[in-house]
Amino acid sequence: MAEKKFDYFINGEKGKWEVIIGLEVHAQVLSKSKLFSSSSTKFGAEPNTQVSLVDSAFPGMLPVINQFCVEQSIKTGLGLKAKINLNSVFDRKNYFYADLPQGYQISQYKKPLVGEGEVILDMPYGTKKVGIERLHLEQDAGKSIHDIDPDNSFVDLNRSGVALMEIVSKPDLRSPEEVNFYVKKLRSIMRYLGTCDGNMQEGSLRADVNVSVRKVGDSQFGTRCEIKNVNSIKFMQMAIEYEAKRQVEILESGKKIDQETRLFDVKKNTTRSMRSKEEAHDYRYFPDPDLLPLKLNKDLIDKLKKELPELPDQKKDRFIKDHNLSPYEANILVSEKEISDYYEEMIKECDKKLATNWITVELFAVLNKNNLSISQSPISAKNLSSLVKMITLGKISGKIAKDVFEKMQVSDKDPKQIVEEEGLVQQSDPKELEKIVLEVLSKNQDKVIQYQSGKVKLFGYFVGEVMEVSKGKANPNLVNDILKIKLK
Amino acid sequence: MSIDKDTVKHISKLARISLDEKKIDNLSKDLSSIMKFIEKLNKINTDKTNPLTSIINASLKSRKDEVKDGKIRSQILKNSPEKNEEFFVVPKVIE
Amino acid sequence: MSNISELSLTKIINGIKKKDFTSEEVTKVFINNSQNSKKLNAYISECFDDALKSAKSFDKKKDYNGLLSGVPIAVKDLFCTKDVKTTAGSKILHNFIPTYESTVTSNLWSKGAFLLGKLNCDEFAMGSSNETSFFGNVVNPYGKQLVPGGSSGGSASALAAELTPATIGTDTGGSIRQPASFTGIVGLKPTYGRCSRWGIAAFASSLDQAGPMTKNVEDCALLLQAMSGYDPKDSTSVDAKVENYSSKLTENVKGLKIGIPNEYRVDNMPTEIDNLWKQGIDYLKDAGAIIKNISLPHTVYALPAYYIVAPAEASSNLARYDGVKYGHRAKGKNLIEMYENTRSEGFGDEVKRRILIGTYVLSSGYYDAYYLKAQKVRQLIKNDFDKVFSDVDAILTPSTPSSAFKIGDKTDDPVSMYLNDIFTVPVNLSGLPAISVPAGYDENNLPLGLQIIGKAFDEQTILNLSLAIEKRANFKKNFKVWWS
Repeated sequence: MAEKKFDYFINGEKGKWEVIIGLEVHAQVLSKSKLFSSSSTKFGAEPNTQVSLVDSAFPGMLPVINQFCVEQSIKTGLGLKAKINLNSVFDRKNYFYADLPQGYQISQYKKPLVGEGEVILDMPYGTKKVGIERLHLEQDAGKSIHDIDPDNSFVDLNRSGVALMEIVSKPDLRSPEEVNFYVKKLRSIMRYLGTCDGNMQEGSLRADVNVSVRKVGDSQFGTRCEIKNVNSIKFMQMAIEYEAKRQVEILESGKKIDQETRLFDVKKNTTRSMRSKEEAHDYRYFPDPDLLPLKLNKDLIDKLKKELPELPDQKKDRFIKDHNLSPYEANILVSEKEISDYYEEMIKECDKKLATNWITVELFAVLNKNNLSISQSPISAKNLSSLVKMITLGKISGKIAKDVFEKMQVSDKDPKQIVEEEGLVQQSDPKELEKIVLEVLSKNQDKVIQYQSGKVKLFGYFVGEVMEVSKGKANPNLVNDILKIKLK
Repeated sequence: MSIDKDTVKHISKLARISLDEKKIDNLSKDLSSIMKFIEKLNKINTDKTNPLTSIINASLKSRKDEVKDGKIRSQILKNSPEKNEEFFVVPKVIE
Repeated sequence: MSNISELSLTKIINGIKKKDFTSEEVTKVFINNSQNSKKLNAYISECFDDALKSAKSFDKKKDYNGLLSGVPIAVKDLFCTKDVKTTAGSKILHNFIPTYESTVTSNLWSKGAFLLGKLNCDEFAMGSSNETSFFGNVVNPYGKQLVPGGSSGGSASALAAELTPATIGTDTGGSIRQPASFTGIVGLKPTYGRCSRWGIAAFASSLDQAGPMTKNVEDCALLLQAMSGYDPKDSTSVDAKVENYSSKLTENVKGLKIGIPNEYRVDNMPTEIDNLWKQGIDYLKDAGAIIKNISLPHTVYALPAYYIVAPAEASSNLARYDGVKYGHRAKGKNLIEMYENTRSEGFGDEVKRRILIGTYVLSSGYYDAYYLKAQKVRQLIKNDFDKVFSDVDAILTPSTPSSAFKIGDKTDDPVSMYLNDIFTVPVNLSGLPAISVPAGYDENNLPLGLQIIGKAFDEQTILNLSLAIEKRANFKKNFKVWWS
């Protein structure tokens, strides 16, 4: 495979620029109840039905921490190969907004739960390490709905208080493609761990994107702008492309970049300044006096480490080493937990290489055509493995298998059933096949003579005729063998 | 440290409290006098001291991940100055 | 029957048990007293009809098992009481009706008491004279031009005037002990974490504590026992056993070591305060205690540290009062304007001052110099106490630097008002328990209190010591009713 080179640069009028990107990913913790209150976190509930007195900040209400959310964050930190801080502190981040009932968000500022770590990306041009600065736990805000009423906004606090993990990367990313891979990798790790469902449409995963540019060869970072609350990878990429070009234009015209917060406008595909943030935010962080410092036991960390499931990188290595798959194949299989689960379910019954092929070629074709994810696959892993097993056992040919596969898309029936019902079992009885071969040869005596005189291409014709007579069920390998003997 | 009128305006914006000129004047005086009183702390050297992190000598108590709350929408909205049956209603935010 | 209101809480409970009188009779007396005391302005909300219903219901059921069986109690309007308006003395909550009950008041009701009414207080507990309440200032029964102290001024005044047999307040920098001293009653601030803060409108989270305010020490022990206990809904609540303070109450304090801190002898200390202090020392000597001079070197920094930490926490705690979910909402063209007008209209001047100071000391560039510094000083103050408590069992000081002052005397200068808290504030900063017990009078026959500070969770010792003082001081109310 030809090795690509990294080549994302902005070609400005006055030179070549590179783009520096850092991401602050907000991932909703998979838990039943919220971080500091016992309301449910389920998506899609009626407005304000998953809200407690604590969530709506009534006088005298106090936070009580959800131990499971802490453990989920520790697991995520371990998945990022990061340092877990045994002592961390919850701080109040003070600001006013309609979806922030307390007038402050409980977050972590100076002493986060998780420290430095890293994520490894398999880019087309090689391996890329992306540094993680930190991960901390904080409350999510509620939602304001602005477009129902011209004069008023409507506030739903269902999401207020849900636990978020904020994962801050180092400014190591250099292109929209790297951002794509990074977010997908983070998402994949958390889905493997079961700590976040990574569902971007439901808002379980969103990011603030920090972008700056500098001339290639410069070592100093330029002034960055923060693009807030981008909730799809596609938008992140578009925002970065627009923002990088915007900054290059400004700098090449001799002006300076204003460090500011911006929003991605999904209608115009541009970024714009957030007008309401005229005054720089002074969050006045201080340790939350309603909570005590969080002191963790090393035993807990060790226990959680032991309980960690196999993560994508480890699984990939194992597939390459033990299953003899290529790095390319292994990568695809581990890219989503659902895919590796499907594969591992299949190989309980059938051959690994065949399983890989059938998943990455045949199944993916079907899924892509119908815009489905593997968890929505019309064919279950069990049934597909059953199909592949039949090929290995010689029960059906590869070609017949493809036909059965099509039929399975409609009904996800057990392929054994389909083969039986439609009489598609491969004909592998040499005596039967010999009969058919002799029949075909006797009907095409002129061609037999032509073949024996040197027109070897006619071999395929004979094979085709045998296949037709046998309605495709003849075992092609056996047919070949018998024909060869009989045509001598 | 005296607190001048511009500072009063700035912190009142952070605290979301509107003030008229007369109030700003009075507050500038009052706050400056309070700050003067507070600045007695400058006399003591605290370089080698750690700040108090908690008055209580105990570990942060946690709770199990169980849903035991919510589904009390009418209670939540009961005291709201302006509401409909489902939401809190507030004047529009200018973005 | 008119003597019922003179009785202590303990005697009333026993009287009901012994059937000397019914809960209804008791309740009617206090309702009557309350209705005739509008001039004191001690009440914000009266719950007299419901109280009477509860009393009648109690008399039918005759369940005498609770610690506080059959007694009506009015409480400071900072405690959220279910379905009863709770204002925190503020316009911003003038129409707020909680759908929930605070843990501490729940504890009282579960032990047989019931709500008589909500008592006036300084707005959001910020004040030392009950002059900052949106509902008007409270008057001290000892004189119509006198403040009762604050912020639990309504509670102190009501108790001293016999409008309620006992009450509960909150203390963040002295708000139970100082008004107790000004009105000749007993007031105790428990160890931080002893009582739950759940359901109490928060002022300064690391300093607030609810506490009993009673006629005598015996009542105080009883009420403290009824209020206290671990609450899993409050992460700063401590899981420590609640002693039977009443049954363990004793005058026998022989051999206890009492520290007298040098640094509490402030410049220009009024002679009568000094004399009272000396008198207290004599009382305790007489009771067999051993007196020792001690040093709490960082005392002088306590007030400035307090006036950084408390406003800082308050500025954040009061951010929830934004007109969106409950309380007052002003008009505004947009959200920010609505916030600014709501909070401007809803908060009084003292609250505004403290929110602004608090915002300032936390703001960018100032956090290290002020808030962080104050927390370091706080650690030093706590260390002072920890050190002396390895040597003494309790500390004796005056409660206040003066007796009740005149209404309006200190409202022009916020700092002069803050100096009222000089003896009480170090206790909150360290999270220790302290009690104020009436011990004497000044030259104008106004009450003065003595403060006893104890070790963490050693409320028993300070109750015992204050009982010893109470028996010797023989403090008697010496005013006549002028307000009905």
